[in-house]
Amino acid sequence: MSPGGVVEAVPEQAPGKTPARRAGRSAALAAGLLAGVGALVLLVLLSIAVGSRSVPLSTVLDALTAPDGSTDHTVIRELRVPRTLLGLGVGAALGLAGALMQSLTRNPLADPGLLGVNYGAALGVTVALGLLDLSDPAVYVWFAFAGAALSAVLVYALGSAGRSGASPVRLALAGVALGMVFHAASSAILRMDTATFDRMRFWLTGSLAGPTPEIAVRLAPFLVAGVVLGLMLAGPLNALALGDDAGRSLGVGVGRTRALTAVAVTLLCGSATAAAGPLWFVGLAVPHAVRTFTGPDQRWLLPYTVMLSPVLLLGSDILGRVIAAPGEVQVGIMCAVVGAPVFILLARRRRLAAL
Amino acid sequence: MTVLRLGPWSVRLSPRGVAAAAAMTVVGVAVSLVALSTGEYTVPIPDIVTSVFGRGTPAAELIVGKLRAPRVVTGLLVGAAFGLSGAILQSLTRNPLGSPDFLGFTAGASTGGIVAVVMGGSAWQIAAGSLLGCVASAALVYGLSFRGGVQSYRLVLVGIGVGAVLVSVDWYLLTRANIHDAASAGAWITGSLSGRGWEHAIPVACALLLLLPVCALVSRPLRMMEMGDDSARAAGIRVEPVRAAAIAAGVLLCGVATAAAGPVIFVAMAAPQLARRLSRSPGVTMAASALMGAVLLVAADLAAQRLFAPVQLPVGIMTAGIGGTYLVFTLRKERR
Repeated sequence: MSPGGVVEAVPEQAPGKTPARRAGRSAALAAGLLAGVGALVLLVLLSIAVGSRSVPLSTVLDALTAPDGSTDHTVIRELRVPRTLLGLGVGAALGLAGALMQSLTRNPLADPGLLGVNYGAALGVTVALGLLDLSDPAVYVWFAFAGAALSAVLVYALGSAGRSGASPVRLALAGVALGMVFHAASSAILRMDTATFDRMRFWLTGSLAGPTPEIAVRLAPFLVAGVVLGLMLAGPLNALALGDDAGRSLGVGVGRTRALTAVAVTLLCGSATAAAGPLWFVGLAVPHAVRTFTGPDQRWLLPYTVMLSPVLLLGSDILGRVIAAPGEVQVGIMCAVVGAPVFILLARRRRLAAL
Repeated sequence: MTVLRLGPWSVRLSPRGVAAAAAMTVVGVAVSLVALSTGEYTVPIPDIVTSVFGRGTPAAELIVGKLRAPRVVTGLLVGAAFGLSGAILQSLTRNPLGSPDFLGFTAGASTGGIVAVVMGGSAWQIAAGSLLGCVASAALVYGLSFRGGVQSYRLVLVGIGVGAVLVSVDWYLLTRANIHDAASAGAWITGSLSGRGWEHAIPVACALLLLLPVCALVSRPLRMMEMGDDSARAAGIRVEPVRAAAIAAGVLLCGVATAAAGPVIFVAMAAPQLARRLSRSPGVTMAASALMGAVLLVAADLAAQRLFAPVQLPVGIMTAGIGGTYLVFTLRKERR
């Protein structure tokens, strides 16, 4: 999967970096990764504690280690923990999917929501739930995969083979357009049945409030598989960043790497959307923020993205619960508010093709 | 191309354009009549005519005059306003995607409108809120995309970003609103013509009356300006006043249309381009765009009511489906 020669080849291209300085940089990045994990753990505890019924942190720890069946402990174990774990998984999945898409399409505007992939997945879920009455998450997640794959192929075909060649702007516009069509179709299907619409309308704007422990358990294997596959692709993607020919001469199967990346993106977007609805901007904002301090090396970029995207998602989710207490603002809305400014900053750049 | 002259005024007409306009008018009238006469309770077309003149049966007068006519008229006027707004802005940005829905103007108008709804405003106050929101978002998008000049694609991308934030603000306001306000704003946020009364149609009619002359006046100078400011100046056009008037008209039309029907997306984008294709004109034209917008919106609303009956879809879902498909079609065509 990641031949040693490939992995070493990329840093050595950079001139003027002595091995000692490189080792120092790696140590600093590794330490940063550890610090990030610490921050994430803190945020997870906060996400379990904060909400319309706030619980002190000591009770949270008690509920996790020695549940006694009190209301607080039940709220934590039945509602907050599944929600937080899904937030963790969905955040990591969307961030990683965004980073992989940016690397695969060499398009700085690539994002699972912006390119319509999440809306395709959402359409798959609404077809399964609204038209076919399939309510098992492990079943309808396959519809999400089908929808995600279909929309990814459509957007790529529409956006990349233009007369002017593949341009980030065309790809983004094709994605936004298809996303709108899919979204309209999803809302139309959901509106056919009032009960389903009431249950799913928050999901359709992106929300972590719905999932039960059962849904979290059923979707977790797909999320984990996607994340592991995505992380394993760091080396080959590094080699491909030098160009297809250079990648091939470094011993990487170009077609195989592309196909596996597409599979990983489908797994990640499909399961994340099945869990939390179509979310925008997480996959756009986090990889760009991470790239400012890791540089383009996927071996650092992907792990950092996996770690920091849940920070953004859980942070947005907590904020959404705090500012609208006792109600809540769906996480999809908060993500747009946080992520869209990043998108605007990117759009203001003079040259978009910076990857 | 023939030229009609009347004293100092002259109009150029292409036979194809006139035929297209006539066809759109016929289709528009036919669709409106179907919308007026069919539904839960069928009113025969002769009865519609008599009840319009106040001599129909009480039931027909109630159904046509109070329920169906305001909805159809609002749809026609809003469609025309969106079509005109789209034509002006597409011409100004020289980009088929430079329509108010992609530039974030419609989103700004809906945010302004929702603020007014949540504060319990009347139909006129909601219209004023939408106008203010539309103007503010236009200024914001233009300011954010300005970097020593404005490129049309940057304008579109910044508009998409700003629009996403504004839509989120809308949903946030909805969660903070009380149930009654939230329900009325929630029906409006996807773009809907259901429950429109004359109070919604009248502001749009006033705005169209005021702004149609402006559109007619800037129409030809705008066509010249599509060739570039310098060429237009050389042809004797005062570029800056024309541009200011055109922007003002485009933004105001989008604002009042959104106030009446909510952010019905894609009509403003698709109408001018479809009209251009139908009349085979070299650029977007105002009159044809307005007609096409009116026909599109009323037809989409009819489809949204009847296609999945008894479920009533908001017309915004219908236009999103139609318009998105159309956009995909344009992107595909550009490949060749």
